[in-house]
This record gives sequence, C-alpha cells and structure tokens, in this order.
Amino acid sequence: MFRFLLKRLALTIPTFIALMFITFVMIRLVPGDPIEVRKGERGISPERLAQLRHEMGLDQPVWKQFLDYANGLLHGDFGTSIISKAPVLHEFLTLFPATLELTLSAMIFAIVLGIPAGVIAASRRGGVYDQTLMGLALTGYSMPIFWWGLILILLMSNTLGLTPVSGRVDLIKFYYEPVTGFMLIDSLLSGQKGAFLDAVHHLILPMIVLGTVPLAVIARMTRSSMLEVLEEDYVRTARAKGLSWARVVGIHALRNALIPVVTVIGLQVGGLLAGAVLTETIFSWPGVGKWLIESINRRDYPALQGGIMLIAGIVIVVNLLVDMLYGLINPRIRHAK
Amino acid sequence: MPSDLTATAAPAPPGPLRAFWRAFRGNRGAVMGLVVVSLIFFVAIFASVLAPHDPLEQFRGFSKLPPFWVKGSDPRFLLGTDAVGRDMLSRLMYGARVSLFIGLAVMVVSMLAGVALGLAAAFFGGLVDVLIIRVMDLIMAIPSLVLAILIIAIIGPNLTNTIVAVTIVGLPRYVRLVRASALAELTKDYVTAAKVSGVRKFRLMTVTVLPNCLAPLIVQAALGLSDAILEAAGLGFLGLGAQPPTPEWGAMLADTRDLMISHPWVMAFPGLAILTTVLAINLMGDGLRDALDPRLRRS
Repeated sequence: MFRFLLKRLALTIPTFIALMFITFVMIRLVPGDPIEVRKGERGISPERLAQLRHEMGLDQPVWKQFLDYANGLLHGDFGTSIISKAPVLHEFLTLFPATLELTLSAMIFAIVLGIPAGVIAASRRGGVYDQTLMGLALTGYSMPIFWWGLILILLMSNTLGLTPVSGRVDLIKFYYEPVTGFMLIDSLLSGQKGAFLDAVHHLILPMIVLGTVPLAVIARMTRSSMLEVLEEDYVRTARAKGLSWARVVGIHALRNALIPVVTVIGLQVGGLLAGAVLTETIFSWPGVGKWLIESINRRDYPALQGGIMLIAGIVIVVNLLVDMLYGLINPRIRHAK
Repeated sequence: MPSDLTATAAPAPPGPLRAFWRAFRGNRGAVMGLVVVSLIFFVAIFASVLAPHDPLEQFRGFSKLPPFWVKGSDPRFLLGTDAVGRDMLSRLMYGARVSLFIGLAVMVVSMLAGVALGLAAAFFGGLVDVLIIRVMDLIMAIPSLVLAILIIAIIGPNLTNTIVAVTIVGLPRYVRLVRASALAELTKDYVTAAKVSGVRKFRLMTVTVLPNCLAPLIVQAALGLSDAILEAAGLGFLGLGAQPPTPEWGAMLADTRDLMISHPWVMAFPGLAILTTVLAINLMGDGLRDALDPRLRRS
C-alpha cells in the first residue's frame, strides 16, 4: 500500500512541472500586453511604462521570468493580479469556498439521488422504473447545463417565485462576517433569523444544475456495476440461505458494486469544476469559475495562470486521494505489487 | 441410413456487419437515436433549401415574434423571431450545420491524432510512450472547459479555434483507448506470427493491429461527437466560441438572458436543439457500444 502510494505520488511531480511550464508559456502567447490594456486611452508616459514593466518583471529575459515564476510557486507565490493588485493565491482562497460549497453540495445531491436510482433501476432490470430512470439519466447526461440553468431560473424563480435568481445571500436583508466561507455554516453561526434558509434558497438551483450531469453518470454507473455484481455467486448464496432481497441488494451487492462508483465519483471532480465555470456564470455565484472568466476578459495573465495552476493542482490531489480510497476499499489493488 | 438425407450446409454465419446490425436493431432507443440523428443531418445538409429565410436577415418590425401556436405569431415565421427579427427556424436549421460541422471535425481530427499518438505510444514504448502519456495526463488534469477557455484565450475565439480547443481537450481519451487496445493486441499470437514472418513495423501497426482496435474506437467516436457538440455550445454560450452573427446554438443562447422572462421561446429553442441532438447521438452511441462490444461500459 505504501509503495503504491509513493509511486502514485512520484508520478504527479513531472505533471506539476509540465503544468507550470505550459501555463507559463501559454499565457505568454496571449495576444494583448497587460500594460497596453491598462494604459487604455488616457496614455502613459514612456518612463511610467518602463517602470510598470520592471515592476511586473516583464523586462527580464523569458527564461528568467520562468525561473522566478517556478520559484515563486514553490514558495506559495502565485503572482499578483494585475487588476486588483492582490496576491492571486489570496484572491483564489477568498473565492474558493463559494465554489467548494457549490461543488460539494452538487456532489452530495448527485450521490444521494444517483446511487439509489441506480440500485432501483438494476433491481428492476428492464421494467418501467429501470427504463424511466435510465431515460432520465441519459437526458441528464446530455443536458447543456447552461440552458438547464436558464430554464430552472425561468420556472422556479420567475414563474413560481420560489428561489432567488443570483448570488449566495440576500445582502439587503442579511449581513454576516465570513467565518468559514461557507454560507450555510456562516449563516447559522450569525444567528440571524432566516439567514440559513436564505442561503439554502440561493444554493438550491445552482446545486441542481451543477449536480445534474454527475447524478446521471453515477446513476448509470451504479446500475451497470450493480447488474454485474447481482450475477455473482455470493449473491446467489446469500439469497439461497434465505436473506431478504432488500438485504442482499442493499448490503451484500451494493458494497461491492460501489467500488467502481467511487472511482467515477472521483473522476467527476474535474467535470464539476468545469461545470462550475458555467454554473457560476449563470447564477452570478462569486466563485473561482466566474473569476476565471472575468480574468480572461480583463487579460489578467497572473490571475489566469495562478488560477489554472491551482485548479489543476486540486484536481490532481483529489485524483490521488481517490486512488488511495480505491486502494482502501479494494484490497486487490492494495496488495497488488 | 436413409440416402435422401444429404448433408445440408449449416447456414453461413452472418457477416460482421449483419451481426452488428442485428444487435443494433434490437435496441429501440438506439434506432430512435439513429433516426433523429439522420433527420438532423438531413436538415443540416439541406439547410439552404429547407430554411424559409436567410438566417442572418433581420426583418424590421418583426422582432420577438412568438412561435406559431402562441397568439400574435406570424405564419411566415413558424418558430418566431429573435431580438433583432431573425427567423428562429432558419437559424436553428443553419445552427445544426454549425454544430454538426464542429462535432464531426473534432471527431475526425481526434480519431486521426488519437490513432497516430496511441499507436506510436504502444509500438515504440520507452520514452515516446512516457512522453505521450504524461502530456495526456496533463491535459486531463485541467478541467475540460477550463483548458478550452485557456486555449481560446490564447488563439482567439472563432469557429476554427473552437474545433482546435475542443479537440485538444478530448484527445486523451482517444489516445489512451488506442494505446490500451493496441497493447492488448500486441500480446496476441497473430501479432507474433506477423512479426516472425517479417512484416514491417509500420504495416504491422496499421494493417495488422489497427483494425482489431476499431470497435472501441468507433464507440468512443460516437460519444466523442456528442461531447464535442456540448463543449462547443458551452464555449459559444460564454462568448468564446463561434462569434455572432453565426447561428451557433450555444451563442444563440448567450444573449437571451434579458429576453428570457418576456420572450422565453427565444431561449427555449436553441437549448432544446442542443439537448435533442446530443441525446439522440448518445442513444445511438449506447446502442453502438452494446452491439459492437458489450464489455465496454460507459459511466
């Protein structure tokens, strides 16, 4: 297990180095100099221009810029946003809890509905439930989520008036200090009446929108994995010794069927972060996805560079954790040399 | 022993195409998907004949008309018009052309590049293999849309660049698939036999091994088509894909937010078109997978 982990960990290092190199080179290729963008139409004196270039290190040779960049990254310096002048890491960390809250709730939503849906479909193979659930799952899988978000806003917010259209909290009614960065927790901590419900109301539509595709994937995966497991001898044995169907499906089969599902859940993390870009844009959710799009529009190289590094880093680490978890629940992998 | 019992030959086993079609036909959803996909292809190819209007023409005084079943509609504009008076039906038809073109272009380029890189990794091994796999891992470490956005930010938003970005993002799946199936084939006896009989490496790769890796590749291509269409529409929606006034479905959705409440259909139709197309291709892809290779399972 330890060797397996170590090997897995070592494999991520070249990936990180390549990632550093590529984000660096790619961002240098972006058309439009950040200083040109900033000086705008008012004009800027040549001395000031040179000074600005010097401040940002843009007057250094490119290889030096890369080494500075790599060195900075290793010390937790992800650059400084050209627009806000704040360190990129700080900006990212301020916004990340919003994204994390959204993606975690979406994932929980997907797991809580997806696994039972898959189990029900598998245990009623070919029946009405199976066909309906799998039809819905394929529709969810094929859903353009940006459109799905607009449809839900139209139905739930505009027609029925059930949920707010954008943001994380009603700023006119409630104000509370961010303690954890999670609105659901902060609103409870604030002790203000109705604050928690307000936060839930804001979260619910983005959560559904972002959770739809993973929900479909998990349901489909659980079903097929379950179908495979139900064919196994130990399931027949369990049935033969008189255990109830519910117990066999729910305990004996499910435990083994979940192994591939866990992997799939882990693989959804990248997809969730990609989906978060669209979801946050639709719902004006102040997270890193929306921030990334804004950084592109403002040609804020360092923010884009740092943001993508951080997001890719998170995905790599989560995949590593999933592999470890996979080793834990599946002894065959743990003991394989 | 009765002499009139001449040995009748067993019926010839169905050819691979027949067998495939027999399996595919049994799947109702897949056939439905195939029908819808064919229809959409038909509309896309003959858009210039079928569409009642020019998709870019703005009819003054006819903007924001509702579709035909709503009061106040105009029979000349069956599905109504958008904010600047362009015919919705015509735009949707030409949009099918744009979306399918992007999807097919991505699919073809990915297949070619995926086969080339995957086979190279499997056959040359060593440094080539490590290099290719590392780069693919790297691409996979960055969430698809985020990477596509980064690429678009560098090369600029337009139709061709959408194809480039979506291809790069989806490439690892093709490469890994080809590499894995080629590696599996390489251990088989027929490959050894071919090697022993002196088949050259290039011929071994392309003529001997590649055809045996095709089944999963075809399935991947079908599913990759729908992914590419979705991804491209997402970019279009963010304003980073096909640029206006191109009638691209995602881009058509981008500026409907202000109209959403007063004229919901302007927003409803393009999304419905994307969903229908992607769903039909996925239904077909599922059927293909089950018919070609039941062992392949997609999450």
